[in-house]
Amino acid sequence: MAKRIDVSGLSAFYGSHRAIDDISMTVEPRSVTAFIGPSGCGKSTFLRTLNRMHEVTPGGRVEGKVMLDDENLYGSSVDPVAVRRTVGMVFQRPNPFPTMSIYDNVAAGLRLNGSYKKRDLDGIVEKSLQGANLWNEVKDRLNKPGSGLSGGQQQRLCIARAIAVEPQVLLMDEPCSALDPISTLAIEDLIGDLKERFTIVIVTHNMQQAARVSDRTAFFNLEAVGKPGKLIEIDETERIFSNPSVQATEDYISGRFG
Amino acid sequence: MDRQPATDTPAPGTLAHRRMPRWAPAGLALASAALGSGLGLAAGWHSKVQWGLLAAIFFVLGTYAITTAVEGKRQAKDRIATSIVWVCFALAVVPLASLTWTTVARGVKVLDGYFLSHSMAGLNQMVPGGGIYHAIIGTLEQVAFATLMAVPVGLLTAIYLVEYGKGRLAKAVTFFVDVMTGIPSIVAGLFILSTWVLTFGMGPSGFAGSLALTILMMPIVVRSTEEMLKLVPNELREASLALGVPKWRTILKVVLPTAIGGITTGVMLAVARIAGETAPVMLLVLGSSFINNDPFSDEQASLPLYVYQEYMLGTPYSYDRAWGAALTLIMFVMILNLVARAIARWKAPKTGR
Repeated sequence: MAKRIDVSGLSAFYGSHRAIDDISMTVEPRSVTAFIGPSGCGKSTFLRTLNRMHEVTPGGRVEGKVMLDDENLYGSSVDPVAVRRTVGMVFQRPNPFPTMSIYDNVAAGLRLNGSYKKRDLDGIVEKSLQGANLWNEVKDRLNKPGSGLSGGQQQRLCIARAIAVEPQVLLMDEPCSALDPISTLAIEDLIGDLKERFTIVIVTHNMQQAARVSDRTAFFNLEAVGKPGKLIEIDETERIFSNPSVQATEDYISGRFG
Repeated sequence: MDRQPATDTPAPGTLAHRRMPRWAPAGLALASAALGSGLGLAAGWHSKVQWGLLAAIFFVLGTYAITTAVEGKRQAKDRIATSIVWVCFALAVVPLASLTWTTVARGVKVLDGYFLSHSMAGLNQMVPGGGIYHAIIGTLEQVAFATLMAVPVGLLTAIYLVEYGKGRLAKAVTFFVDVMTGIPSIVAGLFILSTWVLTFGMGPSGFAGSLALTILMMPIVVRSTEEMLKLVPNELREASLALGVPKWRTILKVVLPTAIGGITTGVMLAVARIAGETAPVMLLVLGSSFINNDPFSDEQASLPLYVYQEYMLGTPYSYDRAWGAALTLIMFVMILNLVARAIARWKAPKTGR
């Protein structure tokens, strides 16, 4: 069920400002692809173009093509809501719905889409929470509010919520940047499990994390502040971290940047 | 922190310094109150307001002087700011307490079951007795219809402004909502009078009053709802959209439930505001001594209008009735507020474990 993403000639804008310029890459199914690069280089913007969340931002606009297997996400008859059901997303800060219980948070995607059978719901919630390695910690308090969990648990709750709608692709925007090392480890382990079922793209500032969890790594950079971000190179993670083909990548990875 | 005896001079370089005892502000307040009333009494001032103002000035200046002597300049500045805050607080509370006290003391005389369950029908205004049942019915019906009309429109306008509106149209709507907030109630009444009554030829009725009250209520609902919706973190909207939830369901199921507590409070404040309106009711509903359960035809009474009319009669009994009705109106608004708070607490985002 995981799908391949094929991006070609993609540029994204905020109003008239070009945030990323002419990016082309392929994201392999059932693998983890990491995006690294300095702040402001457009990694997150690029990630958000992959499920059409970019256009939710006022002034957000995209040019180019994103093929999910053989469908263009930016085709004229494509419904962004349907795209987001296929390509799920986990955000930097854990954001469970404050008015909902743990159970309702996980069930939210299905319930709000109206695409579920009542008797299946319990099973889906349990499966998703188990998939996010959270089931054992919360199974006795499913009706308690999700905002009462710790930060790491909340982030796993958000992952459970995202995988409950059975997406093909899971996008993660710095999912561990607000978490302590133990919670981070839990989520990294989880990413390892999830890649059996999903295509995963993760943005991270932590290069050790990129090296640990990803199969392929893409390095983004921008020439100067105010200039659009560009894809410098994408390759096997091992190669990027041992023997990158571009000098800028090596400088960034070894900390000799700027 | 160690508290040193007040006679010690602080050694240079230490963190400890001379401090006034904890009861000092309270003691100063008492002393200046005593001084203020003593001087006022001695000077033969009748107005207690003057006593109070004098005490307030003593309190602020005394705090500054004593603190400068004991603790030093910086602490004196801190304490003078604190004491000014306290004085302002007292100045704000005094009218409120006085108003509540006067209304309760005078209104409670006539307020009983009979007063609440009878109208003024067939009563000579010069004698005691009578009641406000007809006015309660009128106020409830007029406010209910105004709320039914103003809340949906106001809510949807606010949702448009926060979730959809951009560009010129949204700016224009915001501008006109601001203008509407400032419309005097008599103007709203005259507008409905000139359209509903004079142009369409409708007679006076409770509903005509509701229309004017709607005009007054709508901008308040829009403004308060708008502020509450803006407080909902964008992350929640994005989380919902990223799950593939359509925008309208995101607003309905995520944004509105998160903000519902604040929205309810805003609506209740708006209700409280229009429940006390007299001018449009006087123009459009005219008032009546009889029970009229039908808001769509003929004159109706309402509590604020009843208060005004009884007061204008000028007999001791009508004064009593006016105070009784005023107390009822305050209690009506207070009960609404308590209900709103209960709803807000019950619906608020949960934080417990």
